[in-house]
Amino acid sequence: MINSQNIVARSATTLPAPHARDNVVEVAKLIDVSKCIGCKACQVACMEWNDLRDDVGECHGVYDNPMDLTAESWTVMRFNEVETDFVGGEDVSREKELSWLIRKDGCMHCAEPGCLEACPAPGAIVKYANGIVDFDSNNCIGCGYCITGCPFNIPRISEKDSKSYKCTLCSDRVNVGLEPACVKACPTNCIEFGSKKDMLARAEKRVNDLKERGYEKAGVYDPAGVGGTHVMYVLHHGDDPGLYHGLPKDPRISPVVGAWKGITKPIMSAILGITAFAGFFHYITKGPKEEPTDEEVFGEGDDDHRVSREEEHRS
Amino acid sequence: MNFKKQKTMLRYGPGTRANHWAMAGAFILLALSGLAFFHPPFFFLSHTLGGPVWSRVLHPFIGVVLFVLFVIIAVRQLRHNLLMHNDMKWMRQMGDVLNNRDDKLPPIGKYNPGQKMVFWALVVCIPVLLITGVIMWRPWFAGFFPIPLIRVASLLHALAAFIAIATIIVHVYAAIWVKGSIKAMTRGRVTHAWAKHHHPLWYEEEMKDPSQRAGDESAHGRDTASRHGARHDGRTSG
Repeated sequence: MINSQNIVARSATTLPAPHARDNVVEVAKLIDVSKCIGCKACQVACMEWNDLRDDVGECHGVYDNPMDLTAESWTVMRFNEVETDFVGGEDVSREKELSWLIRKDGCMHCAEPGCLEACPAPGAIVKYANGIVDFDSNNCIGCGYCITGCPFNIPRISEKDSKSYKCTLCSDRVNVGLEPACVKACPTNCIEFGSKKDMLARAEKRVNDLKERGYEKAGVYDPAGVGGTHVMYVLHHGDDPGLYHGLPKDPRISPVVGAWKGITKPIMSAILGITAFAGFFHYITKGPKEEPTDEEVFGEGDDDHRVSREEEHRS
Repeated sequence: MNFKKQKTMLRYGPGTRANHWAMAGAFILLALSGLAFFHPPFFFLSHTLGGPVWSRVLHPFIGVVLFVLFVIIAVRQLRHNLLMHNDMKWMRQMGDVLNNRDDKLPPIGKYNPGQKMVFWALVVCIPVLLITGVIMWRPWFAGFFPIPLIRVASLLHALAAFIAIATIIVHVYAAIWVKGSIKAMTRGRVTHAWAKHHHPLWYEEEMKDPSQRAGDESAHGRDTASRHGARHDGRTSG
């Protein structure tokens, strides 16, 4: 959390956040997976810039290392070997070919962030005017609702401090005019950074290039279901993003999360308030059921209870 | 005791009373801390448990305590909460109930149908809250469940909590509304008149017990102070 005056959305907050300094361009990171060589320089750069040192893991017999995002690994390369339609070349007898797909996984910085929608702690998640979704971990309470809300399964709760962490898109670097650390480190220009407009234009060029090379289904991944993202992919198999380690085809904030954190809140709160007020006004208008006396219930002639009262008088 | 002129009978023993009030305390803490996570305008309530992070930490543990206490009380009160013939008639006369026209109401047992609805609403809600709460519980359990399931659990947890809180609001109001009820749960005893007026069938049943009929306070393990008071009343049989 680096700038507190260009916040266009703030978790668990019903009034506008300070955003006087919101005259900034929307930024985006473009990851062209067709150019990725899987060197993990981006992972190292992320650790380096953000002072993160994840535990040294063990080899699982695959290139993925670490095997998943953690509170101290905000980006990981996902390696997938899949069979795809044969592209280019002379050998027309082949229908399928083996593809080694590598995707840099991490926060997508959604325009409509599911984490922010679900977060119950005021100001723990913010969205800046430039599109970056940032965690202000100082306000984080560790409930994990951001994990529940995220359509991409990105945030992770730290085992050290029970706070949630994810890629910040190097908001601290971007704020002073630098590109994110992973972009700077990438040796193939697979990762690029700039205004969202420029990145979309560049992505289109790349998609056309891939189509010329035979990847007819190439496309830009900027899913509309979450209002677009500020991390975009160029995919050679744009028709099937699931090939890239289960990248969702049409991500959106789950309707269940929408119901949980949306309309139910004011409706249920109102009903609880009305219930309490109804009780109060019932008491005021109808009055209580007073404790019945023995005479009212048993009548004057009831021996048992009259004896009891006579005993009272004697004692 | 404030029963100087009236015979009394036991409604809730010491164990039930202790259980009830432990549960009430747990429920209030759970409702306040839970509402804090539910809706931003209630976030200030997260300070009831020592701040938002402590609320997140403690809420689930208190929830488990509430569940255990509830199971004990629910099992013990179950047979009194089964629907009876007159219950439907009583429900249809809700207008008479709300307008305090008690004389027109049909005789009912230890619990009236409104109380039974409270019972059954909680019998449904509290296990749902426990199960969905465990599924949401970080950092201990949520990691074992798929995220779509956690989403459904979160929504159901909110819905069940909403029903439970609304139910408890009604329950608390009813106790304030029907005079003599609070004393039943704080001191354990009600007057014979109260019992016959509000719960005639239960009263008839209890009158088969000589100590209840005699208004014998000492026979049910009352604490020393109450027994002392009862002797002064001069209407205990032993």
